[in-house]
Amino acid sequence: MKNILKIISLLGLALTIVPSMLVFKGVIDLKLHYNLMIVGMVLWFGSAPLWMKSKSLEEKEQ
Amino acid sequence: MPMNTGEKSTLVERLDALYEYEREPVTKDKLHGWKTFIAMFSGEHIAGTEFVLGPLMVMHGVSAGDFFGGLLVGNFLAVLSWALLCAPVGVKTRLTIYWQLRRICGPYLMIAYSAFYAIILCLLAGAMVNVAVTSVSIPFNIPNPAAGDLLPTVPWMLLAVVVGAVIAILAVLGFEKIAHFSKICAPWMVLIFFAGAIAVLADLGCTSVGDFWRVANEKIFTGVPMGTATKYTFWHVMGFAWLCNATQHIGMADITIFRYAKKWTQGFASAFGMYLGHYGAWVCSGILCAAYLAAGNTNPKPGNIALFGAGFAGAVCVVIAGWTTANPTLYRAGLAIQVTTPNWKRWKVTFAAGVFMIVTACIPAVNDNLDRIVAYYGLFFMPLGAFIFIDIWIFPKIGLINDYAEKAKLSISWPATFAWIGALLFSVFMYGKDNYLWLSRLLEGRQPPWLANIKLDLMLLIAPEWIVAVTLYLLFCIIQQKIGKSKVQYREAGQ
Repeated sequence: MKNILKIISLLGLALTIVPSMLVFKGVIDLKLHYNLMIVGMVLWFGSAPLWMKSKSLEEKEQ
Repeated sequence: MPMNTGEKSTLVERLDALYEYEREPVTKDKLHGWKTFIAMFSGEHIAGTEFVLGPLMVMHGVSAGDFFGGLLVGNFLAVLSWALLCAPVGVKTRLTIYWQLRRICGPYLMIAYSAFYAIILCLLAGAMVNVAVTSVSIPFNIPNPAAGDLLPTVPWMLLAVVVGAVIAILAVLGFEKIAHFSKICAPWMVLIFFAGAIAVLADLGCTSVGDFWRVANEKIFTGVPMGTATKYTFWHVMGFAWLCNATQHIGMADITIFRYAKKWTQGFASAFGMYLGHYGAWVCSGILCAAYLAAGNTNPKPGNIALFGAGFAGAVCVVIAGWTTANPTLYRAGLAIQVTTPNWKRWKVTFAAGVFMIVTACIPAVNDNLDRIVAYYGLFFMPLGAFIFIDIWIFPKIGLINDYAEKAKLSISWPATFAWIGALLFSVFMYGKDNYLWLSRLLEGRQPPWLANIKLDLMLLIAPEWIVAVTLYLLFCIIQQKIGKSKVQYREAGQ
């Protein structure tokens, strides 16, 4: 489960940075770039807090 | 000056009465590893104000070479200051800056430091809230205050109250919650800055990576100041990059944070904050500002330029970037105030600081003059960090007693007091002789040529002031311990 969450988080980060490169190369326009970044943001904040636990919590689990 | 009068000892006893982690060395089970510090620095220094400082450099007409070179050197000096000066002290003593100062300078100087520091931290946290609200206001169509406005509109102030209240609640939750919040936000925030800048490069005529340097020189960092702004050079950029966090590193305020570090080498974690935030993010926000203005827009506020480059996600990033900086700033302000109000609970103290933060967020002049405020406060607190450094590392090697105020039971250390005042007067004089009208007139025709030829900006005073502070403190301590009568008092105290 944790690995799936990490993959979703990475996908969120990819959707944050890759569209800007595509705009730079003239492949997509700014509006699509904006929308893809929103999707990336939702994926990151929807998944990252679930696996990026604070140290004290990790210690409790050990 | 032994503290034996009723009123004075009551205050000191009240200060010593509280038993918390803030007041004694952190225990081993509370220590944090590299990840926490990398996330903390990345989150704290990739902040809302990075959206202000990049554009500021563009406005001051810095050239591309001066900007990239100045940031490289200035940030390197900042990282070294954290790693070689601040972190080793934090790991050695495991005490907050306030309690370290109490040992060296005595309780009354510590109280003065805490009071001043709390005010400055609330001002800075307020600046972060201000930046965040420039973004929150966009969907509500609430106009951001323009330069020179005395106060924002009432709806804008209501937004500031809401944003400030959330930040205060998070700060009350403490260090671990703040670090965790930064840890989650940091990777995403970095990418937002870079994505926004990359996306608008084409608008500036940059069509390939090899084309970047030409566009940077011709369209972004043109070397020509805008409006009435003064011209910035390599030295200004380098000095500002080093000075803007001087209170935290060379001024030792971050020993409060590094007391949680396992090793002093974790001070190098600051490189993530410096080179991602004060290098990458400043470059990116400069690019965003240039593209925003080139598109025919005016008033490049943080929220506006982020929205321009990264859309809604960019606007959210400005808000979060404001939070992640304001959180540790307000946490530190809470610690500072707690020292002066020992009978208050920490949540109550932090909320009081939060109210002050919200008030300052509603004063546009704070952000309009943020660069000067940052420079002044860096120079104001830095001498005390210099005292701590030589007290811990140099004094034992040259036969002087460290933590003298505590061991001799002094209420206030006169060497620290006069060295602090002397170092500040030196900086005020060196900057003011060419920049304060009253001082320039007073010295007209009276300066020797060698002095008149030295023209130092605030950004360039960090190293000279540190040297003056150390020299004065060392000299005064030698007088106090070797020549004066205080040594006798120290012996009589049974040490």
